[in-house]
Amino acid sequence: MTTVTADPAPPSTPPGRSARPSRLRRSWEKHWYAWAMVLPVVIVLAVLIFYPLFRGIWLSFTNLTEANQAAEICIRSITGSEVCNDNPNKWEFVGLDNYVRVLTGEVGEFWQWTGTTLIWTLVCVACHFGLGLGLATMLNRPMRLRGLYRVLLILPWAVPAFVSAFAWKFIFNERFGLANALLSAVGIDPVSWFADRWTSLLTAIVTNIWLGVPFMMVALLGGMQTIPSELYEAAEIDGASAWQRFTNITLPGLRPVSMTVVLLGTIWTFNMFPIIFLVTEGQPAGQSEILVTGAYRAAFEGIRNYSLASTYGVLILSILLVFSVFYRRALRKQGEVW
Amino acid sequence: MARAPGRSRRGPARSALLHGTLILASLIAIGPIVWVLLSSLKPGYAIQSSELTLFRDTTLANYGYVLTETNFPRWFLNSVIVAAFTMTIGIFLSATTGYAVSRFNFPGRRPLMMVFLVTQMFPVAILIVPIYTIMARLGLINTMPALIIAYLTIAVPFCAWMLKGYFDSIPTSLDEAAALDGCGPFATFWRVVLPLARPAVAVTAFYTFLTAWGEVAYASAFIQTDDKFTLAYGLQQFVPQFNPQWEYLTAAAVLVTVPAGLVFFFAQKHLVSGLTAGGTKG
Repeated sequence: MTTVTADPAPPSTPPGRSARPSRLRRSWEKHWYAWAMVLPVVIVLAVLIFYPLFRGIWLSFTNLTEANQAAEICIRSITGSEVCNDNPNKWEFVGLDNYVRVLTGEVGEFWQWTGTTLIWTLVCVACHFGLGLGLATMLNRPMRLRGLYRVLLILPWAVPAFVSAFAWKFIFNERFGLANALLSAVGIDPVSWFADRWTSLLTAIVTNIWLGVPFMMVALLGGMQTIPSELYEAAEIDGASAWQRFTNITLPGLRPVSMTVVLLGTIWTFNMFPIIFLVTEGQPAGQSEILVTGAYRAAFEGIRNYSLASTYGVLILSILLVFSVFYRRALRKQGEVW
Repeated sequence: MARAPGRSRRGPARSALLHGTLILASLIAIGPIVWVLLSSLKPGYAIQSSELTLFRDTTLANYGYVLTETNFPRWFLNSVIVAAFTMTIGIFLSATTGYAVSRFNFPGRRPLMMVFLVTQMFPVAILIVPIYTIMARLGLINTMPALIIAYLTIAVPFCAWMLKGYFDSIPTSLDEAAALDGCGPFATFWRVVLPLARPAVAVTAFYTFLTAWGEVAYASAFIQTDDKFTLAYGLQQFVPQFNPQWEYLTAAAVLVTVPAGLVFFFAQKHLVSGLTAGGTKG
């Protein structure tokens, strides 16, 4: 994802193919420091992201669980010596079994979780963007107390996600939470937030919106400040209304920033773990689980089903990849060059 | 610039509407934080009453209990260590990488940029099991390096990507001038470009710190004994399914937010400028 940058980008394919060794050598001499600078990151990424990724994909084709992971089963006899035998039920390659079981709903609630995840992502990102854009527009005007508003509005960002999760879980407590107290104050019956799938999901969505708006607001505010003020002045002279200036100057000017933050926001929200995990804890009975938390529970709760968790992981990644490809294609059609 | 301030052209009604909306939004933004703070000053029975009060039997006892009777100080220290190491190493790694990607057109540059973006998509669910196995094989389960390394994989790609955008906005003529003065690429980076990129570095530091300070999934999976917990996992101990101790949780939550707030305070001046460049030029 690059826009036009200052570097003069020479073509990376050299003219003469025959001069291979010297080309490599020249390339090395010219670029060794660049490679030296990126090397640590490349190593870290290779070892800790790509190796695990391929291993995860491989595991999704096996039936590895905590129970069958050992290659040998050792039994300590009465005399104290240890006898080891090959594990008869050792984990093995099972092909597409995991996928079939997950997609047909034999194990877990894949389709329900996917639905919940989609609703969760869509609502959260739409609200993040809408509210962030609204607040940024207001903050972008000259007015009194602007600095104070900005600091106050960014504040949720400074609170670690798990603390926010606890804070909102506390607010949505059925007996003594602030939410129910406020509802009773205006004469509405208290709600058992975590007893119903949708109200439970609502608590998590509210938490995540509260948490994510500052990022959008700051990013969009930054984007607005890069729009030359001459454009606004010219528009004013031409008699454009505030709304016309907003739709004809601000929104187009924000395109590059919004495209990036919407894509990132979507991916982050889709994979957002702590909010659901801590606020709803999947209540009631796992109905408010999203894909990521469902997969985590498969891997680390009960008998740890590592292969099943990896299967979910591959499915999540596929959904996101498909989404990004379509997103990029849609952008390219509208003339946005990445 | 002789531009009339917008304030003078805004009628009183519109002005009231604008400020009213912003005040409401600010209240929503700080409300939960203030509510937790107020609650942490109440004794347990006052928190768990259905009656809504701002102050009731104000006391610091919850803080005293959390700080002296629980493992909280230990968890706090663990989190500080993990976050500090992640932040320091993370900034160093992402700054050099971001610089190289921004300045040098070396083979492998574009794929690397793509990789940074794609890694944002990798769900914790697919990586966590294999990383857990790797850590187990290296004997790192239940140690802090396991967490530091895991958090670096989350933070570095995004930060490198963001810093790259910022470096792009620093004129290359500065690099060329430094090169004429006899600086090598490393010296140019260290002495000329990095100081100029301070806003973006502040944002990066902020982001890495918060990532490490608030991460839950890896902390829950890799750490097993009470004395090694970080705050993100430790705090869950206060709210078990039955008989949650909200008075201690709220006090602990306030104590956890303070350092994050401090880091934030120092970074917030730079947030807008730092993020803008990263966002637009990424």
